[in-house]
Amino acid sequence: MGDAQGGGANRMREVSYIERSNRPLHVYALMYLAFLYIPVLFLPLFSFNDAVYAAFPLKGFTTKWYEQMLASEPMFAALTNSIKVGATTALLATVLGIFGAKAVTRYRMPGKQPVVFVIMLPLVIPGIILGVALLILVTRLGINLSLYTVTLGHILISVPFAMATLIPRFEGFDKSMEEASADLGANAWSTFWRVTLPMVFPGVLASYLLCFTISFDEFIMAFFLAGTDPTLPIFIWGQLRFPLLLPRVLALGACILAVSFVLVFIAQWLARPGAIRSLDSRP
Amino acid sequence: MSNNDAFIILTGVSKHFGPVVAVDDINLTISGGEFFSLLGPSGCGKTTLLRMLAGFESPTSGEIFIDDAPMSEVPPYQRPTNMVFQNYAIFPHLNVRANIGYGLRYDKLSKAELDRRIDESLEMVKLPGFGTRRSEELSGGQRQRVALARALVKRPKVLLLDEPLGALDKKLREEMQLELRALQESVGITFIFVTHDQEEALTLSDRVAVMARGKALQVASPQQLYNCPVSIEVADFIGQMNFIDARVIEVEGERAVLEARGLGRVRAVASADFVRQGAQVVVAVRPEKLSLSYESSSDGRCSVQGEMKTAAYLGDRSHIYVTVDGCEKPLSVAAQEVESSSGQPIERGSEVWISWADESLVLLPVA
Repeated sequence: MGDAQGGGANRMREVSYIERSNRPLHVYALMYLAFLYIPVLFLPLFSFNDAVYAAFPLKGFTTKWYEQMLASEPMFAALTNSIKVGATTALLATVLGIFGAKAVTRYRMPGKQPVVFVIMLPLVIPGIILGVALLILVTRLGINLSLYTVTLGHILISVPFAMATLIPRFEGFDKSMEEASADLGANAWSTFWRVTLPMVFPGVLASYLLCFTISFDEFIMAFFLAGTDPTLPIFIWGQLRFPLLLPRVLALGACILAVSFVLVFIAQWLARPGAIRSLDSRP
Repeated sequence: MSNNDAFIILTGVSKHFGPVVAVDDINLTISGGEFFSLLGPSGCGKTTLLRMLAGFESPTSGEIFIDDAPMSEVPPYQRPTNMVFQNYAIFPHLNVRANIGYGLRYDKLSKAELDRRIDESLEMVKLPGFGTRRSEELSGGQRQRVALARALVKRPKVLLLDEPLGALDKKLREEMQLELRALQESVGITFIFVTHDQEEALTLSDRVAVMARGKALQVASPQQLYNCPVSIEVADFIGQMNFIDARVIEVEGERAVLEARGLGRVRAVASADFVRQGAQVVVAVRPEKLSLSYESSSDGRCSVQGEMKTAAYLGDRSHIYVTVDGCEKPLSVAAQEVESSSGQPIERGSEVWISWADESLVLLPVA
């Protein structure tokens, strides 16, 4: 900017070489964001369109799809199910992830690499295979399909993500912090609560939100493992068979989108540097 | 009843990491209130030894006694030791007060007593008013003080310091050395200080253990270490020294006469058993114990002629390198200015005489 004048003052820039703006990169960034979000933005757009079919031209503004959605008892039941499953999954997967990540990063143990490999394996096994395998196992054991079995499946696929989020956090802080705590009189339990957990807390939070999102979105495992209580994706899948119900699904999708954005913003805000300052200021 | 002269005892302490012997059969006795340094190059086992004292590593064999109590079954959080870490390990999620008070929670103090102790230790390390600061708001020197306060507020019997001054710049480091020494004298507890900086060890310590390859080569006062090193390795690590191969001609009581390469016949104190008639030894002499002149010495000092080769200017003094016929390496001679003791400037290539007193020669066994 201002380069055309070529004046000496214009060349004396405040920013360093690496920080200078780059026009092609700006264009690329904009195209990238557009590619990512424009398709998604059709969802809220059509959810306010006064027509059953999601097509142009738009017919007019309405909020009736939202009203119908809010009046739908089964939808709320499915939403509640998904939140229950998601919250439980996120909690247990994150707790398991904390212990796993601590073990992997802190202890010397034989066969550590194979163990980590096995823990990370569900990341690359297709969901449908895991789903079928779990279904066979659960039915063989005579366990009735329910939200509990869905949660079990979701924990299985979430733990690798929790570990992947938490391991860098554990590796990122010096183990002399934990030694200093032990040196000052704290036993292992006390050290974990007063030093380790606060230090990895942003990672814990990130892991919780990530696992919740994974569970909330998950379709295949839920499809195999859910009994009579559907989760939200299963419910939406069911609705899609009825074209007349589609606008309602669009309204629901728009709401989920909005909530997701808010959650991501909260997570980013909590995970900003220095966000955990005042967790334990007492001596 | 505690024995103050043998407050800390290490008997045959070794530490193996797989095939690597980090610490090899260390026997040490450290008295109460002593400022004791472990000095050695990196990888010599000094930090591992310190970590065994703190309880972070357990000895593969041997036992550590602190105040008569064996330590091998005592976890770090129950030992009467506290440590200042190399990187200070200040908890980033806590402010300065909370950092210092961290360990006091386990001492079951009243709120008032707790506050008093924290204030006192902030005062002690000259950081009053810094209580609410975060670790990222502190300079390196201030972090170091917080780490000291956090360890000392626990009133340990022994303070362990792992190269605490390593990260500071030279000027600040020298300041902190004086403060550390003053602090140790005022609290009166045993300090065990790990460093690779020989100057720092000599400045601070009552006694120094020079370590290499997991072993303690020599344990002595700074003066003894400097003036009477027991081996070439120790002599080489502490300051600078000239080494000359020599053979013992004869020994008469305390006096030995030797034939030294390039120096000819010299006399020295027969300091140890290995100085026997006919034995090969090494004569070691400090650069500052040698003096230069244009004439052969007339006051009864031994002297040898050589040629001035080069000079290294070190600010407060210069080291002049003089080649002497028969000596493998040029001899290093310390001088205030690049001039002889008779006041004339010394030029490269000029013929000079090096002289010394018999007592300044140290005899060492061949490595």
